[in-house]
Amino acid sequence: MTATPSRHPGLNLGHAHGDAHEASEEFVFGFWVFMMSDLILFGLLFATYVTMLGGTAGGPGPGELFELKSAFIETMLLLVSSFTFGMASLALKYRTDRKVLVAWLLVTLLLGLGFLAHELYDFHKMFTEGGVPSRSGFLSAFFALVPLHGLHVTGACIWLIALLGQIAVHGLDTPTKTGLMRLAILWHFLDVVWIGIFSLVYLGGIV
Amino acid sequence: MNHWAEWLLGRLDWSALPFWDAIVDPTTKNIVNAIIASGAGAMVILGGLIAIGVLTWTRRWRWLWSEWLTSPDHKKIGIMFIVIALVMLARAVIEAVFMRLQQAVGLGGGFLTAEHFGQLFTTHGTIMVFFMAMPFLTGIINYVMPLQIGTRDLSFPVMNSVSLGLTAAGAALVMVSLILAPFSTGGWSGYPSFTESAANPGAGVDYWIWAVTLSTLSSTLTGINFAVTIYKKRAPGMSWFRLPLFTWTALCTAILMIFGMPPLTVATALLALDRYLDFHFFTADLGGNMMNYVNLFWAFGHPEVYILILPAFGIFSEIFSTFSGKKLYGYGALVIATMAIAVLSFTVWLHHFFTMGQSAHINAIFGIATMLIGIPTGVKVYDWMLTMFRGRIRFAVPMIYAVGFIILFAIGGLTGIILAVPSVDYQIHNSLFLVAHFHNMLIPGLLFGMLGGTNFWFPKAFGFRLEERWGRRAALCWIVGFMLAFFPLYALGVLGMPRRSAAFFEPAYLPWTLAAAVGALIILLAMLLLLIQLWVSIRDRDTNRVPAGDPWDGRSLEWSVSAPPPEYNFPVIPEVHSRDAYMRQKENGRGAHPRPDEYTDIVMPANSAMGPIMAATGFLIAFGLTWYEWWLVAAAGIVSLIALVARGYVRQRTRTIPAQTVRREHEAWLERVSRIRPVSRREEQTPANQGLAMSPLEGAIQ
Amino acid sequence: MSHPPVTAQTACRYRAFLAGLLSILLTGCSQTPISFLDPQGPVATAQRHQFGLIIALTSIVVLPVLILTPWIVIRYRYGAQSAYRPRWGFSKLADIAIWGIPFLVVVVLATVAWRSTLALDPYRPIQGDQKTEPLRVQVVGFDWKWLFIYPDQGIATVNELVVPAHRPLALELTSASVMQGFFIPALGSQIDVMNRMVTQLHLEADHTGEFPGKNMQYNGKGFSHQRFVTRVVDEQTFHNFVAHTGEGGMTLDARMFDRLMAQNTGKTLAQSLARADVGSNNDGDGKGRGDDAGRLRFGHLPDDLFNDIVGHVSPDWASIPVASTGKANDASSSQEARP
Repeated sequence: MTATPSRHPGLNLGHAHGDAHEASEEFVFGFWVFMMSDLILFGLLFATYVTMLGGTAGGPGPGELFELKSAFIETMLLLVSSFTFGMASLALKYRTDRKVLVAWLLVTLLLGLGFLAHELYDFHKMFTEGGVPSRSGFLSAFFALVPLHGLHVTGACIWLIALLGQIAVHGLDTPTKTGLMRLAILWHFLDVVWIGIFSLVYLGGIV
Repeated sequence: MNHWAEWLLGRLDWSALPFWDAIVDPTTKNIVNAIIASGAGAMVILGGLIAIGVLTWTRRWRWLWSEWLTSPDHKKIGIMFIVIALVMLARAVIEAVFMRLQQAVGLGGGFLTAEHFGQLFTTHGTIMVFFMAMPFLTGIINYVMPLQIGTRDLSFPVMNSVSLGLTAAGAALVMVSLILAPFSTGGWSGYPSFTESAANPGAGVDYWIWAVTLSTLSSTLTGINFAVTIYKKRAPGMSWFRLPLFTWTALCTAILMIFGMPPLTVATALLALDRYLDFHFFTADLGGNMMNYVNLFWAFGHPEVYILILPAFGIFSEIFSTFSGKKLYGYGALVIATMAIAVLSFTVWLHHFFTMGQSAHINAIFGIATMLIGIPTGVKVYDWMLTMFRGRIRFAVPMIYAVGFIILFAIGGLTGIILAVPSVDYQIHNSLFLVAHFHNMLIPGLLFGMLGGTNFWFPKAFGFRLEERWGRRAALCWIVGFMLAFFPLYALGVLGMPRRSAAFFEPAYLPWTLAAAVGALIILLAMLLLLIQLWVSIRDRDTNRVPAGDPWDGRSLEWSVSAPPPEYNFPVIPEVHSRDAYMRQKENGRGAHPRPDEYTDIVMPANSAMGPIMAATGFLIAFGLTWYEWWLVAAAGIVSLIALVARGYVRQRTRTIPAQTVRREHEAWLERVSRIRPVSRREEQTPANQGLAMSPLEGAIQ
Repeated sequence: MSHPPVTAQTACRYRAFLAGLLSILLTGCSQTPISFLDPQGPVATAQRHQFGLIIALTSIVVLPVLILTPWIVIRYRYGAQSAYRPRWGFSKLADIAIWGIPFLVVVVLATVAWRSTLALDPYRPIQGDQKTEPLRVQVVGFDWKWLFIYPDQGIATVNELVVPAHRPLALELTSASVMQGFFIPALGSQIDVMNRMVTQLHLEADHTGEFPGKNMQYNGKGFSHQRFVTRVVDEQTFHNFVAHTGEGGMTLDARMFDRLMAQNTGKTLAQSLARADVGSNNDGDGKGRGDDAGRLRFGHLPDDLFNDIVGHVSPDWASIPVASTGKANDASSSQEARP
């Protein structure tokens, strides 16, 4: 590869993709800006969570409710899904067989859904142990922060399904390519946010 | 049957009608209030019916749909934003007049119920900030910024249409609350625990939450759109320090929107979780803490102040320079000052609650940070004065607003510094002094800027100048009315009168509240004069046409194209060689309208129904949430999700305008311009001004 | 009126000091002091001084704008044959001045603000001249009235704060409802009161007299009516007030507390008790004014009521002396009978 000036932060498609490479400049840059805005959202919820750690109001606290093993499994699911999306991005960039790209995307989707299922199971368990958001300020803060991440993952999965549909209908044209590039950023972003949640909420709560 | 009604209507019942109180409890006061409230509701219904009637009568539904509602054109979207702003301005001004009248007779009572008064100040504040100021500035930036940087549209035209739709949905929600009452009484800042369901279980606060949430989502998307456009779509040669100052302020505002809106989204979302799902963020019990809300709200609220005022600063910069016939003084300093204000605006939020009991050291630090903002702001004011210094100042309507602004704004700056000193703020916090201060910043600072900007760019957008004499009368009434309405509030604040008082018991307040009421009536007159100005201008449009597009001897690129501009803005994307790009072009002898060497096909975004769909579903979701009509929330939510997914499958996203069409249109315009006589500034306000300015080389100014 | 002529004198001297705009505000200087421009205590006096000082300092930057803008606008108007320099856009000297002068002013202002804010910190006790112990009062904001508890005297009042002159006041404040703002303009700073939280405020009165107090933070339809009277009296009158209230005041029992917790103004509460202005004529200088302040006095109340309100704990009603509880119950049940 010759060194070409990058059009936006992160993985660039490169000139070989012609039109899609051109078009991605604004789309991907715009999506980065959106990510910054979204990051403020998460940052504030993290801050709210930290300020409300003491507000358990006699209800169950982190020590009683969180299970490190479960959170660790979720972390692994999400980290691996980030890796598989990375492989999908490379397949997109180097125009490997489309089947390979779709396969990586499907694996990513399965991992994402697995994460969601596991998270829902965790919430269910917390509920049965009395860890409901209406119990205390602390639990309210937890159930604003962590499920918001889950909602983002849900949204990302729907988007991924929609993009798989687009690949089926329209093939790998410019809108599909730029869509995949933006979704990749979101996916990795959610991974980073989850690492924050895992460290601060779960590790921090149990230590 | 009853069960079905409950399922269908949620908690909506007869008591939502604005005259219900008067039926249940027919006291004189309740009847008077019912008449006022029902009158307002009837006006909304009547306005809607008239609009529908006219559109049907003139068979313009299709035109409305394809030319406006689904249009991705930044110019049309900008105009629609401004229309929303003006309609909402009219309502909020009328509400302000009622509040001033209430206080004028408020010694011991007044004619409004406390509940009604509470709704008035809440809707007034909410509308003025979220549905007047925000759409107004968004509309003007939308219209002007792409023309100034030499591009054909925003980076994400359909998202722009969605932004418009979300703002429209929020505005509609506030309007519907006049028919299906009540609205919140918690003020525009909605502090819990007053706004928690324990103290206010009704639909009012929920109206407020969802209206504001729609507006913040709209503004976040708008901020992203503006910022990306300015970063990525500038014309060749338009380097950062060649940007017109208005575009600089648009960029700073966009950045503030991106970072400043999420805190409010979080605040209203958490409040909604408290109210709907029994969470405990801001409740007094079970570990909640309302002070978190106050911090979140003002982490948005203070940047918001600068979101509101920076674009007006940009407009004033353009106006001072253009109508003084002179280069802007201290361009570099103005850019630095704008940036400094934008950054500092995130560091001062605590000054909104010096009295909440934190340590004196923290108060002092935030007080000093607040004063620091005064430095770049003061520099700006002096830069504008020095821009006029040694100029040739023409008193066109925009300039009257601008000069009124500069003097009144200085006074507002003084009172701002007073409020920034915590030890003095302990005396005047939450008093009418505070109300006077922020109106003193936002009426001259924001509204005069928007009105001045409207007078300035109207001929560009519609092809004819606004009528001058009625415009001057309106501007003077705004200035005089403002002074009379708000300077007395400073006195009342110093005398200890709390804001949001439906009644008072101190006879010493009376002269001041009376004076303020007169001022409010003069502002109402000013609104009327604006209407007359618009009507007279449309009536006389043929004598005031400016097809050549440059009625004020403008300096930036938007004046180089026809008025109104073609949908593609520039037949050929201009190349920029300096600041004040168009003025330089006029000066360098190549002529105001050089003939392009060649034309190319132009690709423009295709119409999309996403904006109207998101407006409709956004409104229905918010309405359903407010009244607990869950089926509606679910249905509208599913429709909007389907629309978003389906949009991804659309491939007809652009359409192409052939080079021949562009050539034909542009050359016809050049031909027309060649027959227009260039005018000197002496003839600026005469029918001779058809938008072609005499070249500076020929002494246009002298 | 009731306060000594010294006040009017001070106010009128102040009028000479800040001529112009502010003097107009003081036309009411012969009436009840309603503002810090007619200060009745050291805090408000300092605030008035700072108010003037800040205006003076900021005027260094603001006044030139007010004066020079009209001058520029007239001198360089279109048609006037003054100098015209369309390409002049920068002057080093002017830039140094317009950045430098505001900067210096802000430096001075910041120093003033730093000192005055620390000095007038509402949490900072006031050092009285007479080295007397401060009077402790606990303030509870209800919808829409104020309860004042005198923990050391064992009495409480509603909508009437009676304090001796020249003795520092140490207030602890909370809200039994939503957020409110406690404020006596003539004496000094306001402070927010919040549910489950305690804020502090220190004030002192220099003069006897009656000064209005109010709520500054909107809390519903009774907001404008949530007013109280601050009666600053001499030491002897204060003792009499304490003694009278302790003997003749009502009992703040559970039923009375429920009435306080209900949403009503002091006036409607007092009307419903038909006991407005209880004892106010017994103190020698009290004037039982016919306003709707709705004043009530309590001679018997549970121990530690304030902290129980803060902590959302049910007060220890059993701690009220039995004899007086009976008496008050008679009184309030006889109230109940009336419409």
